[in-house]
Amino acid sequence: MTAAIELRWLRKAFGDHVVLDGVNLVVEPGEKVCVIGPSGSGKSTMLRCVNRLEEPSGGHVYVEGVEVTDPDCDLDDVRTRIGMVFQHFNLFPHLTVLGNLTIAPRTVRRLSKAAATATAREMLARVGLSEKEAAYPAQLSGGQQQRVAIARALCMEPDMMLFDEVTSALDPELVGDVLQVMRDLASEGMTMLVVTHEMAFARDVADRVVFLDEGEIVEEGPPAQVLGAPTHERTRRFLDRVLNP
Amino acid sequence: MALSRRQRARLVHLVTTAVPLVVLLAVVLAADWSAIQHAFFQPEIAADLFPKIITVGVKNTLIYTTFAFLGGLLIALPIALLRLSSLKPYRWFAATYIELLRGVPAIVTLIAVGFAIPIALDWRVPGKYGAACLALALVAAAYMAETIRAGIQAVPRGQTEAARSLGMSPTRTMLTIVIPQAFRIMIPPLTNELVLLVKDSSLVFVLGTTTDTVELAKYGREAVSRTFNGTPLTVVAILYLCISLPLTRLAARLEKRGAPSR
Repeated sequence: MTAAIELRWLRKAFGDHVVLDGVNLVVEPGEKVCVIGPSGSGKSTMLRCVNRLEEPSGGHVYVEGVEVTDPDCDLDDVRTRIGMVFQHFNLFPHLTVLGNLTIAPRTVRRLSKAAATATAREMLARVGLSEKEAAYPAQLSGGQQQRVAIARALCMEPDMMLFDEVTSALDPELVGDVLQVMRDLASEGMTMLVVTHEMAFARDVADRVVFLDEGEIVEEGPPAQVLGAPTHERTRRFLDRVLNP
Repeated sequence: MALSRRQRARLVHLVTTAVPLVVLLAVVLAADWSAIQHAFFQPEIAADLFPKIITVGVKNTLIYTTFAFLGGLLIALPIALLRLSSLKPYRWFAATYIELLRGVPAIVTLIAVGFAIPIALDWRVPGKYGAACLALALVAAAYMAETIRAGIQAVPRGQTEAARSLGMSPTRTMLTIVIPQAFRIMIPPLTNELVLLVKDSSLVFVLGTTTDTVELAKYGREAVSRTFNGTPLTVVAILYLCISLPLTRLAARLEKRGAPSR
């Protein structure tokens, strides 16, 4: 079976600063993989290389068998199959919630207004924000904005979702709602690659946890193993710092 | 005797208030008010200017300004996009255009379009307003291109990333996500440009306007030489204010209206 995401010797450097130093990772369809690691370890950069928001310096990235790093690759087409959610939501402030959800389906997938609106309402219901469809992003709380951002990505009916520290910018009491939406999504079988600091979420939801440090994968395996009985000193030190602050 | 801190503050306050008042009073007292009134405020001369100063002067000023502004906007948008292009030759072209037309006085550009192009290409911009409007538009475009570029760059990068991650093309992202947001940022500087254009339109006299294309300032100066009196200039100044003040008020309203959704 073709892997959903495959990274082969992925390298990324900003000038002399090497951020990713030969990362190999395979995410199978339906799999949920959580990426943990200290800040600056290259987690977000790795995620952003998957849909080439960040241009890799070396190595190969495949999405459902299509080489994303191929210069001739139809990037816009691949991106329609990869939903992405950002740390700072990045909702379009000049559009209503419904506008945010329908603009890409209408302009990229060429859905009719009625069809796009129907999908959008369905996705809004999934994230529990049906009553907010006419609101502007600035009128919503951070947690609500992030749930709208998830719904916006889902409206493209993607095959997989990338989550880039999506709860890091939220007030603690708003984190739960967002994580619940992600848990629901996971239980429905969505392929997910999640960069996160939420260890409980990783333990409950992930099929596999990847520990990234200084641009390389130090350790990976089932959550019970990586989080419960890490074999590497660097993983142990990181978890010790995170779990006993 | 040493002054306390409070006394010193009071003294400074008194001096900064009193000095300008004294100067103003001196000017008011020294001015020859009857001479001023005779030279600049003669009601009969002012009344004689109407209605033609409106139906010809103001009308033509508005025509030059409107076409120059819309034309300038139309030229400025592609120049701004070229300025932001990832291709060096495009950026150079845009930068050269902007620097050239900003660096040269508008009056020189007017002469170039009105006289140099017809000589060089044996082609003249059609329409009785054509050459002047085109020249003003070209100058305005140089300033507006920089305004538009700054507006586009002020839109956070996350907006582009979110749109691109949804599969939207660079062009569509620019047109539907970035430019609508940039536009709000651009309203104040664009209004500024519009008000400048209202006044810059007074330069089109160098192309030799006729009695039906003459704009407000030239109309006023002709009236001055006809009447041997400065009153028409006063009327002209008031009429320019009547045009530009509503524009700045309107822009302030537009700016406010968009605000809550951000």
